[in-house]
Amino acid sequence: MIKRSFIGMAKPQLLCEALESVLPEPEKISISTRATLLLKMPPGQSGWKNSFSFKEGDKVITGQKLAFAAKSSEYVISSVTGKILSIKPFEGNFGQMYTAVLIETAQKEEKENEFKQTVKNVTLENISKYLLNSPGCSSLRLLSDSAKPISTIIISGMDKDLLVTTNQYILKSDINAVKKGIEILKKISGIDKIIVAAPRHLMHEASALDVTVKTVDLNYPAAFPELFMQNALGITLPAEKSCEDVGVCFLSCESVASLGNAFEKGEIPVTKTFTFIKKDESRVLVSAKIGTPLSDIFQGLGVSLKDKDRIILGGPMTGSAVYSEDYPVMPDTDAVMVQDSADVSCVSDYPCINCGECIRICPAKVSVNMLVRLLEAELYDEAAEQYDLNSCIECGLCSYVCTARIPVFQYIRLAKHERARVALGEDNPVEEKNAK
Amino acid sequence: MQNKQFIVSHAPFWQNGSKISSRSYNTIIAAIPALLLGFLNYGSPAVGVLALSISSAMIWELVMNLITRRSVTIGDGNAALLGTVFAMLLPATSPWWLVITGTFFTVVIGKQIFGGIGSNAFNPVVVAVAILMVSWKDFFDFDEALLNYDFEFIAAYPLAQVKHFGSSAITSFNTVDLLMGKQIGGIGATFGLGIIIGGIYLIIRGIIRWEIPVSFLAGVFITALLFNVSDSAKYANPVFHICTGYTLIGAFFLATEDSSSPVNFVPMLICGACAGIMTVLIRNIGMYVDGVIYSILIMNLICPIVDKIRPKALGKVV
Repeated sequence: MIKRSFIGMAKPQLLCEALESVLPEPEKISISTRATLLLKMPPGQSGWKNSFSFKEGDKVITGQKLAFAAKSSEYVISSVTGKILSIKPFEGNFGQMYTAVLIETAQKEEKENEFKQTVKNVTLENISKYLLNSPGCSSLRLLSDSAKPISTIIISGMDKDLLVTTNQYILKSDINAVKKGIEILKKISGIDKIIVAAPRHLMHEASALDVTVKTVDLNYPAAFPELFMQNALGITLPAEKSCEDVGVCFLSCESVASLGNAFEKGEIPVTKTFTFIKKDESRVLVSAKIGTPLSDIFQGLGVSLKDKDRIILGGPMTGSAVYSEDYPVMPDTDAVMVQDSADVSCVSDYPCINCGECIRICPAKVSVNMLVRLLEAELYDEAAEQYDLNSCIECGLCSYVCTARIPVFQYIRLAKHERARVALGEDNPVEEKNAK
Repeated sequence: MQNKQFIVSHAPFWQNGSKISSRSYNTIIAAIPALLLGFLNYGSPAVGVLALSISSAMIWELVMNLITRRSVTIGDGNAALLGTVFAMLLPATSPWWLVITGTFFTVVIGKQIFGGIGSNAFNPVVVAVAILMVSWKDFFDFDEALLNYDFEFIAAYPLAQVKHFGSSAITSFNTVDLLMGKQIGGIGATFGLGIIIGGIYLIIRGIIRWEIPVSFLAGVFITALLFNVSDSAKYANPVFHICTGYTLIGAFFLATEDSSSPVNFVPMLICGACAGIMTVLIRNIGMYVDGVIYSILIMNLICPIVDKIRPKALGKVV
C-alpha cells in the first residue's frame, strides 16, 4: 500500500506497474475437481430454473455453449468437460443476478467442434455468437450495436489499475495473436481507425502492429478511457455520454489476442491470463481456465488465507471484494488480489471535514467535497446537476486520499447505479421507503 | 475449509493512511514553538490557561457527544486542537471561568450545534473569541489584562498604541523584537517567528493550504501599505501590521480551518485576501483595535458562495 509521504503538500504519485523487461512465465493452474460458470441473467428474469438449454446431470464438453432456452443473447462457454452438478442463482455486485453452473470435471477432455466449422466465415455475427465469453471479450458486443456506430477502436495495452500487468503481458508475449486480431477487427467492422494505447516501455512491441500507436502515461489513472481520449486524441468526452456514444470503442489487448487465437486455432479460447497480487504485493502472472475456483488458485500458488483477510477481483483501486473462495475466475478478471487482515483499511462514519484533498487529486476536477454531502443525503439528481456526478471517471482516488475515510467512491457508484435504475423505470425501494 | 470469513468491502482497497487525528495532533505540534515562548513570557498562568482550555474543550465535546447520543469523538483530537488554538489567543491572566465559557462557545456553539466536525460554518475558535470580546471587553484589553507583569520589553499592546497615538508611538518597536515575541498579546499569538515556523510545517505536511495564509498576509500588507502611503503619521507601516496582534496566528491557524475555508484555488486566494484587507480596514478605520477575528468571521460567511468558483469538470458542457 502506498502511504502518504511526510511532505503531504506534494500530490501522491501513483504509478502503474510496468512489466519487467524479462518476460515472466505465467504460472499454469489447472482445475482440481469443479468449475463454476456464471451466466449473466437479463434484468427481471424470473422462473429461472426452467429456462435453460441445459439441466442438472447433463454432460457438457469444452467449448459447448450454455445459454437460455428462450431467446437471449447471454451465454457462457463451458471451459471444461464434465457433468453439471447444480444450477443455482447467484447475486453479484450491485444486484446483478447470475446463474451459477457448477460442473464436476471429467478425466478426459472432449472438445466442441461447432465453432471450428464456422471459422471460415469470420463475421461479426459469429463473434457475437461464440466469442463474447472469451477472455476479456465482453466489450466486443459494442461493435455489433447498431444504435451506436463505432468509428474508432482503441486497443488498450495498458491495464487501468495499479499493480496489474495482464494486458501489458499479452501485448508483449502474444503479439502475433494481437496482430491477427487487428486484421480480423478491420475485416469484420470495416473500421480503419484503430489505435493501440501502449506504455512507453512497450512502444517497440506496439509499433510492430502496423497501426497508430499512442503512449499512455504510467501515472494512475492515465489509462482510463476518458483521460486517454482527452490526452492522446484530444477528444473530451461529454459528461453524460459514454465512449460508445461518440463512436469510440475500447477493447483490451487481451480481447484482441483472444480473437486472433480463436480464428487461428479454430477453438474458443477458455484460458484466462491474469495478475495475482499476493499479500506482500509481489505479483505472479497466472494462467487458468475461466471457471476455476479461486481456492484452486490459492492452492496452486501456495497462498493461505485466514479469517478477516480480503479477496479482491481486480486491482487495489477499482476491484471488487468477494466473500468466498469458491468464486470463479471470470472472463474479465484481470487481477486477483489478496490482502492480509492487518492491511485492510476501514471506512469511518465521519462527515466530510472539507480538507480539500479530494479536490486536489481528482483527475476529472469534480468538486468531491460538495458532491459527497449531497450523496450522503441521497440527493442523486441534484448531485448530477450541480456537482458533476457524471464527470466522475471512477478511479477511486478520492476515497484513497480521504482524511475522514468516507467511502466516497462507493457513494458515487451507488448514486450512478440508482440513477441508472430510475432512468430504466425500475421501482426504487430507497425512495419508496423514504416516502412512507 | 469452507467456513473462512473474509472481509468484503468496496473499492478502493488502499487508503493513503491520512486520518483526522493525525491532522489535529500535527496542528497542535505546529503550535508548540509559539506556545513555548508564551510560557516563557507569562510563566505558569499561561500553562494553566492552556491546560484548562484543552481539558475543558475535550469535556464539552464529550458532554455534547453524550447529550446528542452520538459516538464519542474526542479521540480525533479536534476538541484538543480547538482548545489549544483558543488558549493561544487568550491573555495569560484570563480567569478560569472565562476559559471554560470560551471553550463552551468554541466546542458547543461554534462546532457541535452545527453538527460536529466538518459542519461548522464558522471557525469555532473565532466565534468564541468574538463572543467573549463583545461580552467581556476588558479581559481582551491586553494592556489592562497584563498590567501586573514586569517585562523586559515594552509592555504596551502595539496595536492599541498605534490606534490611539498614531504611528509616532510605535517607533520604539522594531520588527525583529516583534517577530521574536517581545510584545504583549495572546499566549501563543505574539511569537511571530514561531507561528511562521509552525505554519510552514503545516504547509509542508499538507495540512493547511498555502494559498490562504499567503493571500491573507498579502492582503494585510498591501492594504496597510496603501494606508501608510496616504498618511504615514496616522497609519502604521505594513510590516508592523503583520507582526502584531492576531495577524500571523490568524493567517496560519484561524483562516485555514478546514470546514470554514474554501477548497478551490481561486476562492482560497479571494477569501484569504479579502480577510487580510478587512483586517486592516477594521484596524485603521473601524473602532476595534484588532480586526482579525471579525474579518475572518465575515469571510467565513461568504466562503460557501465564493467556493462555487471552481474549475470546469471533465466533459462538462455548460
